[in-house]
Amino acid sequence: MRFRLPSSTAALVVLTVLTVAAAACHKNKPPVVRPAPPPPSSGAAGERPPAPPEPVPEPAVVPPEPVKEDAIASASLDDLNRNSPLQPLFFEYDSSEVSAAGQATLNADAALLKKYPTWTVTIEGHCDERGTAEYNLALGERRAVAARTYLVSLGISADRLRTVSYGKEFPFDPGHDESAYAKNRRAHFVITSK
Amino acid sequence: MALALVSLTAGSQTPAQQTPATPPPQQPSEVNVPIISGEPGAPPRFAVPDFLALSPDTETAAIAKTIGQVLWDDLNFEREFAMIPRDTYATIPVAASINDVPFDRWRELNADAVLIGTVQKIGNRVHVEARLFNLKTRQSVFGKGYDGSAATPRVFAHTIADEVFQQQRALHGVALTKLTFDSDRDGERMTGTVEKRNVKEIYISDYDGENQRRVTTGRSLNITPRWSPDGRAIAYTSYRHGPGNIFISNIYQGTLEELTKGSSESWLPAWSPDGTRVAFSSPRDGNAEIYVVNRDGSNLRRITNNPAIDTTPTWSPSGTQIAFVSDRSGTPQIYIVGADGLGLQKVTSEAYADRPTWSPAPYNEIAFTARTGPGNDIKVKDLASGQVRQLTFGEGTNESPAFAPNGRHIAFMSTRSGKSQIFIMARDGKNVKQVTKSGNNYQPDWSK
Repeated sequence: MRFRLPSSTAALVVLTVLTVAAAACHKNKPPVVRPAPPPPSSGAAGERPPAPPEPVPEPAVVPPEPVKEDAIASASLDDLNRNSPLQPLFFEYDSSEVSAAGQATLNADAALLKKYPTWTVTIEGHCDERGTAEYNLALGERRAVAARTYLVSLGISADRLRTVSYGKEFPFDPGHDESAYAKNRRAHFVITSK
Repeated sequence: MALALVSLTAGSQTPAQQTPATPPPQQPSEVNVPIISGEPGAPPRFAVPDFLALSPDTETAAIAKTIGQVLWDDLNFEREFAMIPRDTYATIPVAASINDVPFDRWRELNADAVLIGTVQKIGNRVHVEARLFNLKTRQSVFGKGYDGSAATPRVFAHTIADEVFQQQRALHGVALTKLTFDSDRDGERMTGTVEKRNVKEIYISDYDGENQRRVTTGRSLNITPRWSPDGRAIAYTSYRHGPGNIFISNIYQGTLEELTKGSSESWLPAWSPDGTRVAFSSPRDGNAEIYVVNRDGSNLRRITNNPAIDTTPTWSPSGTQIAFVSDRSGTPQIYIVGADGLGLQKVTSEAYADRPTWSPAPYNEIAFTARTGPGNDIKVKDLASGQVRQLTFGEGTNESPAFAPNGRHIAFMSTRSGKSQIFIMARDGKNVKQVTKSGNNYQPDWSK
């Protein structure tokens, strides 16, 4: 089964990747033992060795990305979850197996969770409408657990990952066709604290 | 702990909770024999005119009319009597008193029996008399008086109907029983970090769909309601604290109990027939299994132990077995296991089966949701013969069956009229009646 991500989602994936890449260049943690903390990397001018003969044009340092990164760091939970940087994991019909594409999604989600180590997340399991409401409670839970298990295997602490199953109670797409069903079979991430 | 608000009026509780006074039969000539039809094998033909208003006010007249109409509907429901349409006897004059019945006029209708009654207003209460006459013998075969609130005329009719069924047919009528279901009709949205999520609340109604009332105000997802055997509490799955957990709402006290707590979810409660235990499904030990816990939350024990999904439990009428759903064979199917966890049997071999409901005696059947196409239908398996019969046939999807306490009817959810609505039907699939119309309504259960 193929599903199409909305273009805004695709853009967000790209953006997330850029953000993660940018994060790798930046400091991860403030050094605690060094007596003099290094200056913030963005205000680098003062620390540069004096007068290189030819001022190499600074590689036009990424103005948008740090802004975006700040946006994630400073956004309210509501705003974060409205366009969650954590991508949902999609499933085949009546399955809780994590596909290769799903693993890639979770790898990116895990990178974000490592970047923001204070985040705690609820993983919601969702199902399409074809199964029964009762059985789907258990199926949704199995999907949420599949996502959690994979993230834990990537080193994310299980304490940060709660699961809840909503069965088919909260479809993301109210349609009654395969494209809607595909969107509704998911493990969905909600950041509950940061 | 938040309280579940119950919007029941005091007036509606009283008669439902205490059986109206039943003085002894008033005529020594009464003979308790079933009325039979003149035609062998045919059901007796019954007429139920408006009751006679003995007080001159319009309220009493309205009560008298309501009782007659509701009583006709109640008596029609079990298909034990051939009910003569009420408009065919509008011309028969109302008797001047209960002792002045125009027998000849009723015989002209070819009626075998007529049920007449009177209503007298006393303060804000009413006194109701009911009398069932055998028109061949002109004898009263049933006569009782009832006192109750003027606010609930339907309760008088339901009470009389059930007593007539008991006396004439030794049948446990369901006119006083209630349904519960969950509904999104209020159009409320959940607050929190996620938008566009409809609240579902638990509702109750009379068996005929009247008096629909909300019993939860959780403003969250409240689903899978189940009546306690005494009809005074509803257990359900609520997400009000985040994960799904089992709550018990004592609907007449307006109090709420949390039967399960914590971040491990619990869903789909099912009361044992004696009301002392609740079975449910929970993934607390790694994957969904069936558990049983005492009503006070003590003595939690695990019934199933399998890496597959085990969910949607229901009890046998004797309380010795639990039917549930498992995908251990690859697809969801119904299984039965002893309440001690022993003696597993597979019950269904469907494409997909869920939501078993076990009929009370004398039937020994399990009704369930079965996939029959793109949608589902209601099927019933007779446990003695192994025969499976199908009750609905692809009109929309049909799910979540629940037996009436006499085993003669099934409530279920269907999309046949558009949205998801609650319907009831006879156990043979006939006499389908829609009982909800507002919003979407799901997962009915029928009180004992």
